[in-house]
Amino acid sequence: MRISVEQIRRKYLRHDKKFPHVWCPGCGNGIVMGALLRAIDGLSLPKDEVVLASGIGCSGRMPTYLDFNTLHTTHGRALTFATGIKLAKPSLNVIAIMGDGDASAIGGNHFIHAARRNLNLTAIIINNSIYGMTGGQYSPTTPFGSKSTTSVHGHIEQAFSIAELAVTSGAGFVARSTVYHAELMAHLIEMAIEKVGFSVVEVISNCHVQYGRRNQLGGAVEMLQSYKDNAVTVKRATSLTEEELEGKITIGVLADREMPISTEEYEKVRQRAKERGGNVGC
Amino acid sequence: MTRELLTGNGAAALGAKLAGIEYLPAFPITPQTEVIETLSKWIEEGSMDCKMVTMESEHSMVTAAGAAAATGVRTFTATSSQGLLYAAEMLHTVTGWRVPFVLVNVSRGLASPITLEPDHNDIMALRDAGFVQIHCSTCQEVLDSMILAYRLSEDAGVRLPVIVNYDGFYLSFTREPVEVPNQEYVDRFLPPFPTNQPRFSADHPMSQGVAVLGGSAYSYFKYQTHLALLNAGLIYKQITNEFQILFSRSYDPVELYKLKDAEYAFLMIGSFSCKGKEAVDQLRAAGWKIGLVRPRLTRPFPMDELRKSLAPLKGVAVIDQNLSLGMGGVLHQETAAALYPLITRPILAAFVGGLGGRDISAEEFYSMAETIREAVKTGETPPQRLLYTEKENTDMQQLQRIAGTHTTSP
Repeated sequence: MRISVEQIRRKYLRHDKKFPHVWCPGCGNGIVMGALLRAIDGLSLPKDEVVLASGIGCSGRMPTYLDFNTLHTTHGRALTFATGIKLAKPSLNVIAIMGDGDASAIGGNHFIHAARRNLNLTAIIINNSIYGMTGGQYSPTTPFGSKSTTSVHGHIEQAFSIAELAVTSGAGFVARSTVYHAELMAHLIEMAIEKVGFSVVEVISNCHVQYGRRNQLGGAVEMLQSYKDNAVTVKRATSLTEEELEGKITIGVLADREMPISTEEYEKVRQRAKERGGNVGC
Repeated sequence: MTRELLTGNGAAALGAKLAGIEYLPAFPITPQTEVIETLSKWIEEGSMDCKMVTMESEHSMVTAAGAAAATGVRTFTATSSQGLLYAAEMLHTVTGWRVPFVLVNVSRGLASPITLEPDHNDIMALRDAGFVQIHCSTCQEVLDSMILAYRLSEDAGVRLPVIVNYDGFYLSFTREPVEVPNQEYVDRFLPPFPTNQPRFSADHPMSQGVAVLGGSAYSYFKYQTHLALLNAGLIYKQITNEFQILFSRSYDPVELYKLKDAEYAFLMIGSFSCKGKEAVDQLRAAGWKIGLVRPRLTRPFPMDELRKSLAPLKGVAVIDQNLSLGMGGVLHQETAAALYPLITRPILAAFVGGLGGRDISAEEFYSMAETIREAVKTGETPPQRLLYTEKENTDMQQLQRIAGTHTTSP
């Protein structure tokens, strides 16, 4: 039976220490947090064997609220902290929580290289198209023409497509959801955690306060409604033309493939060196 | 001249506008963001002719600033805390390029633990980078320092970037009445970016950042940069004199407050010195002969001014809002180093306070004054002290109990 909200609160939240949270009413971050917890609960992962690492920004607060091994790090570095943990303790389930600014601007280099290396990590990227916490400046995922505090007349740069970037960078598993599709999101996160290899779940989320308001997208309800209206499954997307896909959000699994995994290949090198009588200290 | 109510961030932005900046590489970070947001608004409105790009990190932002300045363009950028440290590699690099530009740093404590609130660990960590460092205590000073900073930075005898530093929250978001100088007067004080100095140009190609192995050329250029920074101290005095004539506001390298007949003094930088001055007034009303010494420049370090002003005193309480872990407060170390050659010098008491935005109360100023008077009486230098109350300690232990961790008394 699926875990209830009250059970989640008691089992996984630092409800007596870290609340109230800092997120605005209607923020998508809470939906992502709920989906993550249902996924972890669905997999019956012991809390002591889960590590959450986050960067800076609204999403960076998430691990603070959760009762796992948690690390709130510096801007853009969630994945590098996660890499260190995973290499030192490969048995742990390491999940990096990032925002679009974290993962594709200041930490963009770490992101593509973690994917290329195909380290056995899970990366959840909440993409709300804006730097929300610092007041609504454009980020690398702000769409062309959109308004932000630093693009009052419309943004003149093109946006990254995070999931597609992960696919071309070599990640083993890549999926996308929106915060409207909470059930799907929990399922995709479950798959991502289970997958051996670098797994990315991009979640399109609403920052109605900083992004929605400036672009006449309405409040949280209207933005979620638009995700409902504009989402197309990966399967359906294959039958649509490029023009028809304009403005749509492709959701589902974009890549699920077997590639060499960094930690496993490293272990093989160690074994080979050992067989040759090399000095393998640790 | 007009009077406006401006935040520290607003004053910095207006200073940049009056200075006629032409290029602004930017990256948001609390509590600096309002500076770039304000400038962005003016650029979008068309009231400023400046090019602005939001970069992907502070590292690339400072790189772009240094490179733009090398082409002979008046450049401005701003950051804070983690951003300043993330750019550290480039901060050291661009001073070696000897390029003039201005960087605002809105001081904020460093992770970890993570904080958004102010102290001076960020700026002190960059004290060896080769930037001139100007520390402000009011919003007026922020605006004026911006204009002074460009003039100083672009002087042929300096040609180094300048950091204008002020405290996050306490100054960045506090509105104060600020006298805004007329553009005409600013232009008179700050001529256009000099065209007769080395810079990238198509008809006179030159190289920057050349590798020099062997040590000889490296030593020469590093020491040249050091000498230029020392020279900036002399130039600073000349240009502040000029500034005073034009704008009737004086900005000595070290501000001396009620020091004339003083026997004791507080020594500190930044906006908390306003609290220090208030404490001085109260203590004087109670009969104390006490004043306050506030270095505005920390790089170049105002050795001569400090020796001259501190030598006649009996005791000085140095208040550091930074902590060089494993040693103590940076201002205390550097003040002690400045005073060491003197035969008669005051006793120094070292205090560390105001870390991560913690307040320094009036009672704590009185207690520090008491400590230094006692030290003068006994002739014994007191041990370094963290400003921390009994109640704070009890509260922390309570929090640690909730967190389920062991408590240890400091």
